[in-house]
Amino acid sequence: MEIPGTYAEASGLLASAWLLVGIPLIGAAVLLLGGRRLDKAGHLIGCATIVLDFVLAVALVAALAGQDEGEKAVTDTLFSFIPVGELQVDIGMLFDPLSAVFVLLITGVGALIHIYSIGYMAHDRARRRFFAYMNLFVAAMLLLVLGNGYVTLYIGWEGVGLASYLLIAFWYRRPAAATAAKKAFIMNRVGDVGLIIAIFVMFATLGSTSFADVFAGASGLAAGTVTALGLLLLLGACGKSGQVPLQAWLPDAMEGPTPVSALIHAATMVTAGVYLIARSAPLFDLSETARTAVTVVGLVTLLYGAIVGCAYDDIKKVLAYSTVSQIGYMFLAVGLGPAGYAVAILHLLTHGFFKAGLFLGAGSVMHGMNDEVDMRKFGGLGSKMRITYITFALGYLSLIGFPFFSGYFSKDLVIEVAFDSGGTLGWILGGGAMLAAGLTAFYMTRLMVMTFLGRPRWDSDAHPHESPAVMTVPMVVLSLGSVFAGFILVNVLPLSDWLEPVFGPEPEVDHVVAPIVVSILTTIVVALGVGAAWFFVARREVPVRPPVNVSPVIKAARANLYGDAFNESVFMRPGQWLTRAMVYVDNRGIDGAVNGLAAGLGGTSGRLRRTQTGFVRSYALSILGGALVVTVAFLAVRFG
Amino acid sequence: MSDFPYLLVLMLLPLVTGLGLLAVPEHRHDVIRRAALVVSLVVLVLTVLMTVAFEPSGPRFQFVQSYPWIPDFGVRFSLGVDGIALVMILLIGVLVPVVVGASWNEGADAGRGTGKSGSMRTFFSWLLVLEALLIGVFAATDIFLFYVFFEAMLVPMYFLIGSFGGPRRQYAAVKFFLYSLVGGLIMLASVIGLYVVSANEIGQGTFAFDALRQISIDPDLQKLLFLGFFIAFAIKAPLVPFHTWLPDAGAEAPIGGAVLLVGVLDKVGTFGFLRYCLPLFPDASRAFAPAILVLAVLGILYGALLAMGQTDMKRLVAYTSIAHFGFIALGVFAFTTQAGTGAVLYMVNHGISTGALFLIVGVLISRGKSRTIGDYGGVGSVAPLLAGAFLLAGLSSLALPGTNSFVSEFLVLLGSFGPYPVFSILATVGIILAALYILLMYQRTMHGPIKPAVRGFKDLSKREMAYLSPLLAVIIVLGVYPKPLLDIITPAVNATMSDVGADQSSAQAGNEGGD
Repeated sequence: MEIPGTYAEASGLLASAWLLVGIPLIGAAVLLLGGRRLDKAGHLIGCATIVLDFVLAVALVAALAGQDEGEKAVTDTLFSFIPVGELQVDIGMLFDPLSAVFVLLITGVGALIHIYSIGYMAHDRARRRFFAYMNLFVAAMLLLVLGNGYVTLYIGWEGVGLASYLLIAFWYRRPAAATAAKKAFIMNRVGDVGLIIAIFVMFATLGSTSFADVFAGASGLAAGTVTALGLLLLLGACGKSGQVPLQAWLPDAMEGPTPVSALIHAATMVTAGVYLIARSAPLFDLSETARTAVTVVGLVTLLYGAIVGCAYDDIKKVLAYSTVSQIGYMFLAVGLGPAGYAVAILHLLTHGFFKAGLFLGAGSVMHGMNDEVDMRKFGGLGSKMRITYITFALGYLSLIGFPFFSGYFSKDLVIEVAFDSGGTLGWILGGGAMLAAGLTAFYMTRLMVMTFLGRPRWDSDAHPHESPAVMTVPMVVLSLGSVFAGFILVNVLPLSDWLEPVFGPEPEVDHVVAPIVVSILTTIVVALGVGAAWFFVARREVPVRPPVNVSPVIKAARANLYGDAFNESVFMRPGQWLTRAMVYVDNRGIDGAVNGLAAGLGGTSGRLRRTQTGFVRSYALSILGGALVVTVAFLAVRFG
Repeated sequence: MSDFPYLLVLMLLPLVTGLGLLAVPEHRHDVIRRAALVVSLVVLVLTVLMTVAFEPSGPRFQFVQSYPWIPDFGVRFSLGVDGIALVMILLIGVLVPVVVGASWNEGADAGRGTGKSGSMRTFFSWLLVLEALLIGVFAATDIFLFYVFFEAMLVPMYFLIGSFGGPRRQYAAVKFFLYSLVGGLIMLASVIGLYVVSANEIGQGTFAFDALRQISIDPDLQKLLFLGFFIAFAIKAPLVPFHTWLPDAGAEAPIGGAVLLVGVLDKVGTFGFLRYCLPLFPDASRAFAPAILVLAVLGILYGALLAMGQTDMKRLVAYTSIAHFGFIALGVFAFTTQAGTGAVLYMVNHGISTGALFLIVGVLISRGKSRTIGDYGGVGSVAPLLAGAFLLAGLSSLALPGTNSFVSEFLVLLGSFGPYPVFSILATVGIILAALYILLMYQRTMHGPIKPAVRGFKDLSKREMAYLSPLLAVIIVLGVYPKPLLDIITPAVNATMSDVGADQSSAQAGNEGGD
């Protein structure tokens, strides 16, 4: 890596990176403003913009690959946004290997999920609105990863939050959906406070908020300032990525249509926190404390998600907690600094494939089962939905880290660099990540068994059937990614080489545990997890109703380890109480005192209220009185 | 064109038309409202032309006109605008035609069992007179003239609330009037005091802003005079704890009146801070700033918490304004270019977005005949356009990037972070609360199952779209490209900051320390 924050001017095709944002944004505007006359073509417009975007993205990445050494990051200022004195905020694009990877993921997976949604949303009368919001999301997400400064990033950051809100609440007649959307927005805002204050700190200390200036000046900052910046950015990242302690909104977000869960709440938006930290590498490189905080958040979250994921019966919620857990792995890796940045992005990509595929598979199951999500009412679906079953199984193998599937490469690397970070913390991080791999194998095997294997436990009106090709083809494509992406990105087109201009060369490390040992141990732990699920779930009949007499551990896990209960009792109820108390004080206290004072002044206001004419007279009188005061004062000045 | 007497014409046009409307027979509704609409649109065009003609890098006050008025006391009828006053007049120009459109049937039902006494003729007459006086209060560069407008604008607003408002309109109108009158009288004392000081300092008493700005006043006397102005403006703005008249007035006023009351008239308070308190009393401003900042931050959090607790939609919007006025005061008294510019832009943006919010709430109330949030539910399913407009206005109110309010809130918080990081951080927490009160109201009214009372709701009519869509468009345009307004505001704010002696470099590096 050269000096942090030195970017070349964009020219030629690369100067059109802004179109990546513009095309879906126009799509969203057309779909929203076009009204009902676009109802018939809305989904086609929505898909066309994203497919076009993907083609453009491929061309741009090819152009970037052809750039000379040292010019692999190009920037392009679009317009002056907030110019006030020394503050000069521009809107601009930064296209470098890191944003390129995200652009491909967002437009590629985005296009597949858009196409899938044609089938999934076919019977929804508001399908045009759905595609408008999805286009809006893609535009905002691309702005997030393409912005060349923290303010541009923040605009995209909030934009994806809005799109997420709109899409979680898409079926807003359901109170649960409306509440989940609001919860997501509010909890994200808590994180946003961290990000926006970080921006204030940057301006206060460096006089700029652009990546170029911030990274170039970072080394001159006081150590405490850098750590504060790192922790503030981490708070923002936790909100967007559903990491402890701001994780509670993500599982609730499953109230949205399943393609939304796949694209926004699995593959792309929720990984924005990882992007934020990776992008801010020049800051995190300077603060050990901030990096450690990131790894600890990652470890806690990956364990939390894995434990809770074992206890839920709702197929989407299990996948959601799995997402929470897998992003925990990414946080763990990205917090390890130069050794982990590329590893985190690798896991982010493979997760993007297999988790999007798994969600689309879950959607396909729901599509064939009258929108049922309770796995206790599934069973034996493998024979009814062959394509869904096979693609889902490939995603499953990838997620649990079955040897040589995509997830195997990336998760193994995360565990490896965790051990390699050294010291006691290294053992804790590596051991925790390995343990969670076993838990992952358990809950995913449980999900597979309950859904596709065993005897059917369907409701009487269920007629499971395979989904149409418009849905299964995207699932097949994603499952290919789940199988091969890891191998390709490690051995054929190494991601770490591609990202070297951003993160610098990977440091040489002395392995604490030999990689082969890590691989073997992890595989054994995973096998144990699969075996446990087989033993406890597959060998016996799955009850249609969840058992009531269970151990306290399972009870706690079913209540997501009391995460929601904590939020309710610590924030929500006291907040409601405080609000009520203050309304009372404002009405009785402050206003009461004023009214009392007015009444004390001869009860004028009471009498005035009775007749308006009387009031006008008094008003004229008071004006007259005022004029008198003025006149007397003037005379006093003049003759006094 | 810059010799054109914009300000005089801008005031006389609505004033004369407003009075002229009284000569139109009361039942000629179409003549009355169309005349009001045409005149307000002409005013809008003129304000836009004036904004284009304004030279940001030119003299501080432009379009200056000055006529002797009360020569014995040195009172002159002096008009002129700096960048701050200019954007406020532009805001008036935008909002009044919108309000005319929204009040199209106001007073048409006078006397028919509604208990409202006002007729359409008086409504539009008062409305146009109010517009003239509001333009005057921002355009005055003679402090006595300012005081006259400051008091006079109460009269049309009093009648708009008292004759056309909700069930408790009399109470609200009197409360509004008394609060303002008390503030005005206190300010009058300071105005006279200033005159006396100027008489002593330069031998000849004057009310001219530019002359008064240049005399140096004894710091202790400054504090007294400052407080006179400050209290009047703090009541008007309003800052906590001078705020309790606003929820009543905002809730009881007719929608059009509420828009102008909260959108423009209250801004005279924050405008007054910038125009009068800071330049005339720099030492006192600096001395009182920390205490005022405490009130500002208190207002942000207090207003937001109270907004959350409201069950009445109009009161809720009024309380959100108290929080927003806290942000403006924070920006004014942080004494940095960014925060000050943000505060002025906030004044404009708040007028637009709260105006839109009031108008949409007004549409809801016109359908459901209730101000209670709990009476609505599921409106989004029956009136999607209405819901969409509500959401956009709400997102602006919670300062989502991409909407106008983000830019101003960002500037205020960023600009105050340097000198006052603790206040800035506390105020930033307010953005979480803003999301809560807006989204709670949105969810309760627009989401969920369709309530029986909501069934059969009509979506936005053409007329409603016509007056709402300009505001919604401005929300987006100013959110994406605020530069033209910033370029006008920043030089005026810089001039104000150098009046108050704020160290410009303090915007950076936080070198004034924390608290």
